[in-house]
Amino acid sequence: MTVGVEIRDLVVRYGSTTALEGVSLTIEPGTITGLLGRNGSGKTTLLSTIAAFRRPNAGTVLVDGEDPWESARVMAKTCLIRESGDVQVELSMKRNLEFLEGARPHFDRDLAGRLMDVFELDGKRKPSKLSRGKKSAFGAIVGLASRAELTLFDEVHLGMDSPSRYAFYDALMADYVEHPRTIILSSHLIDEVQRLLEKVVILDRGGLLLAEEAETLRARGVSVTGPVDAVEAFTAGRVVLRRQQLGRTAQFTVDGGLEPADRTTAAQLGLELGPVDLQSLFVHLTEREAPR
Amino acid sequence: MFDGREPIYLQIADQIRTEILSGALGEEEQVMSTTQYATEYRINPATAAKAFSELVAEGTLYKRRGVGMFVAPQARERLLAQRRERFFADVVDPVAVEAQMLGIPLDDVVARLGSGAGLLAQQAPTAPQEGTDR
Repeated sequence: MTVGVEIRDLVVRYGSTTALEGVSLTIEPGTITGLLGRNGSGKTTLLSTIAAFRRPNAGTVLVDGEDPWESARVMAKTCLIRESGDVQVELSMKRNLEFLEGARPHFDRDLAGRLMDVFELDGKRKPSKLSRGKKSAFGAIVGLASRAELTLFDEVHLGMDSPSRYAFYDALMADYVEHPRTIILSSHLIDEVQRLLEKVVILDRGGLLLAEEAETLRARGVSVTGPVDAVEAFTAGRVVLRRQQLGRTAQFTVDGGLEPADRTTAAQLGLELGPVDLQSLFVHLTEREAPR
Repeated sequence: MFDGREPIYLQIADQIRTEILSGALGEEEQVMSTTQYATEYRINPATAAKAFSELVAEGTLYKRRGVGMFVAPQARERLLAQRRERFFADVVDPVAVEAQMLGIPLDDVVARLGSGAGLLAQQAPTAPQEGTDR
């Protein structure tokens, strides 16, 4: 019961503002994909469009091979949890869960109950009366217990304290291995979520910057450290994401994996090569030139 | 665990190799499943599976269908042979380079190795000695 997503040349505008411009992307069924990007990069618009909350201005979105717009079949398989939690805020959480049990074919009431305890939520209360962190936690519970074939979490961690976020990651992983499904998780907390991810999609200014396996991405950035001249010589012709220099020692971050021959050359030049974590790579790839 | 910057599958594979070398994981013993990696360490099961396929390809692990992954017979010997082969290039040669840079004669290095002082230092209790409290 897994659902894939195919996006081709997607354009979404709000009035005169273009939120997404020509995005093409495949989300493979049964994977956990991290959707990363700076504020305003188009993450929420992309998720809303996949969930058929918003209609594209141009291009196509196919969910499980079908246009999701006004498709009851596809919408029944899709669950989007936005910042608001996407719940009835003036009904008690208990009533919300009862309603979802009727509406969601795979809803797991026991899981919802267990997670209500984990996040210390009182079912008698209304989401509108909750703190932001607790409201987010309830959204996370709804998203997990709905067990939709395509589950989209848009910054679901907002306001949660770190024990709650880790409780969410644990619950997500535990339920995913039992019931594999397609999950897209947008987040700013790259360090925290990266291990959960099989694929990473990065949006930048409304366009697709990259879509890759998380492990490939982890091997992609390389830091080159050594005498300035040697670092300059070795990195000539490569994409340099960052240059740092301290006295006669320089450290450059280059984009693109190295061949074994490159490593031999680096060793001969007395250069030290090191890996670059995903968070730093993301920052380097999406940072703007500082105003001078 | 697995908090390094290298790809996580490489960290998992190294951890398993180290456990086999140290004897913590014996031959024909079952290793943790991808599900266990996912739930214990919050690691995507596809990532753990990638580590396993690398270890299967090099002959360290083998798969029993429907049961899981097991340490291959002679896996420890093979890993030991590999590490021994790399020992001089990876461990000894850098020592020689460092010694030369510091102006330490290689004879002194050899004498130190011959005295077994390094092994004794490893076994010495780590508790601070009297009079060295700060």
